[in-house]
Amino acid sequence: MIFAAIVAIEVKDLLSSVIAVGAVGFALCLAFLILKAPDLAITQLVVEILCLIILIRATIKKDLPLVIEGRWVFNTVSTLAFICLFLFFAWTALRELPRFGEPIMAVAKKYLSEGISKTGAVNLVTAVILDFRAYDTLGEATVLFTSVIGIMAILRRPGRKKLKDMDNAR
Amino acid sequence: MTLYILCLVLFCIGLYGVLRKRNLIKIIVGLGIIEYAMNLFFVLLGYRFHGRAPIAAQDQNILNMVDPLPQALVLTSIVIGLGVTALVISIAIRIYEKYGTFDITKIKRLRG
Amino acid sequence: MRDNPKAGMTLIVKTVTRLTVGLILIFGIYIILHGHLSPGGGFAGGVIVGLAFVHLMLAFGKDVAAAKISKNLASNLESIGALMFLSVALLGFFGGSFFLNILAKGTPFKLFSAGTIPLSNICIGIKVGVGLFAIFLALVVLEKSKEQE
Repeated sequence: MIFAAIVAIEVKDLLSSVIAVGAVGFALCLAFLILKAPDLAITQLVVEILCLIILIRATIKKDLPLVIEGRWVFNTVSTLAFICLFLFFAWTALRELPRFGEPIMAVAKKYLSEGISKTGAVNLVTAVILDFRAYDTLGEATVLFTSVIGIMAILRRPGRKKLKDMDNAR
Repeated sequence: MTLYILCLVLFCIGLYGVLRKRNLIKIIVGLGIIEYAMNLFFVLLGYRFHGRAPIAAQDQNILNMVDPLPQALVLTSIVIGLGVTALVISIAIRIYEKYGTFDITKIKRLRG
Repeated sequence: MRDNPKAGMTLIVKTVTRLTVGLILIFGIYIILHGHLSPGGGFAGGVIVGLAFVHLMLAFGKDVAAAKISKNLASNLESIGALMFLSVALLGFFGGSFFLNILAKGTPFKLFSAGTIPLSNICIGIKVGVGLFAIFLALVVLEKSKEQE
C-alpha cells in the first residue's frame, strides 16, 4: 500500500497516478477483510470504483507533467522536517494506546451483549448505525445531499434565455 | 504498534502530496490517500485477536467479536469521502475551464 | 433497446451490458433489503444501484440513460428519499423520543424483523443511488455542452 501511494504521488503521468490510487483503495479493501469487517470491505470496494470513474473523467484530456523550479531545496527540506517532527510526536502519543489486538471496548460490550435483544437485527454494525447511533446517519445523509446539490450548482450551464441575452448584448 | 506507525506513514505520504505538488489533480490524489489512511487507522483500533466479524450466526453463541463501534463510524466516513472527492473534482473541472491549466502557481487572479 | 451505433462504446460492451445491468440492479436491491441479516446495508447497496445506472450510461451514451431517468426525476427522487428517512425518524415520536425503534421486533434471522431498520435501509439506498447518478449526469452534461462551444 505504501509503495502504491508513493507511485501515485511521484509519477508524472496523471492517468498512472489515478490508477495507483485505485490500487491503494483495493489493497485497503483487502485489509478490511483481514481485519474482519465485511461491511466495510463491500462499501470500500464499490465506493473506490465510483471514485475512480469520477477521477478519470476529470483527467482524460488534460495530461500535463510539471517542471520543478524556484526555491525547491528549502521547500522540500522544510516539508520533510515537518513530517519527521509529526511522526516523532505521533510515536510518543501512540504509546499511550492499548496494545494492538486488545481493545478496551467499554461501550461496545453493552452493544454486543444487548444488541440482538434490543433491536432484533442480526448484523450488529447495521444495528449500531441505524438504531443506537442514528444521528450520525442523519448527519451523513445531510452531507451527501449537500454535496449533490453543490455539484449540480457548480456544473450548471447558463440557460437558454441567458445565452440569448448575452448574444443580444454583444 | 508498528502497524499504527505504518498507517501514519501512509498519512504522511498523502500530506506530502498535498503540500508540495503543483498539479491540482496530484493534490486531490493526496487528499484521497489521507482519507484512506485515517479509515484504516480507525479500524485498526478496534481489532481483537481471534475475534470474529460482528454478525451473529444461527445456533452459535459467539463470545469474542471485534469492536463494532469503529466500523460503524468508518462506514459513514467512506461515503462522506466519496462526496467530498466528487465536489472537489467538479471545482477542478471549473477551474480548468476558466484558466486553461491545472498549475496552482498560475491560478492567482481573484476576480470572479 | 434502440441504440445509435456511433454513440457509446463498442458492440461487445453493449451486448455484455444488456445482459448484466439487470443482474447488478437486483443484486443491489438484495443487499439493501438484507442489510440487517448479512453484511451490506443501505450505503453499499445504494452505491451498487447507482453504479448500475452509471454502467448503462457509460456503455450506451448519454441519451439512452437520460431517457430512463431524466435530470428532474433524479433530483426529485433523491429529495423524496431524504424526506422518507426523516419521516421514519419522526415516527419514533409516537414511541416517546426521536428516532426510537417502534415497530415490532420479530424473531431474529427473519426478513421482517428488526423494527424500523429495513425501512431506513431502503430510504438510504434510494437516496444514495439516485444521488450518485445525479452527480454523474451533471458531469457528463457539462462535457457535451463544452464541446459545442
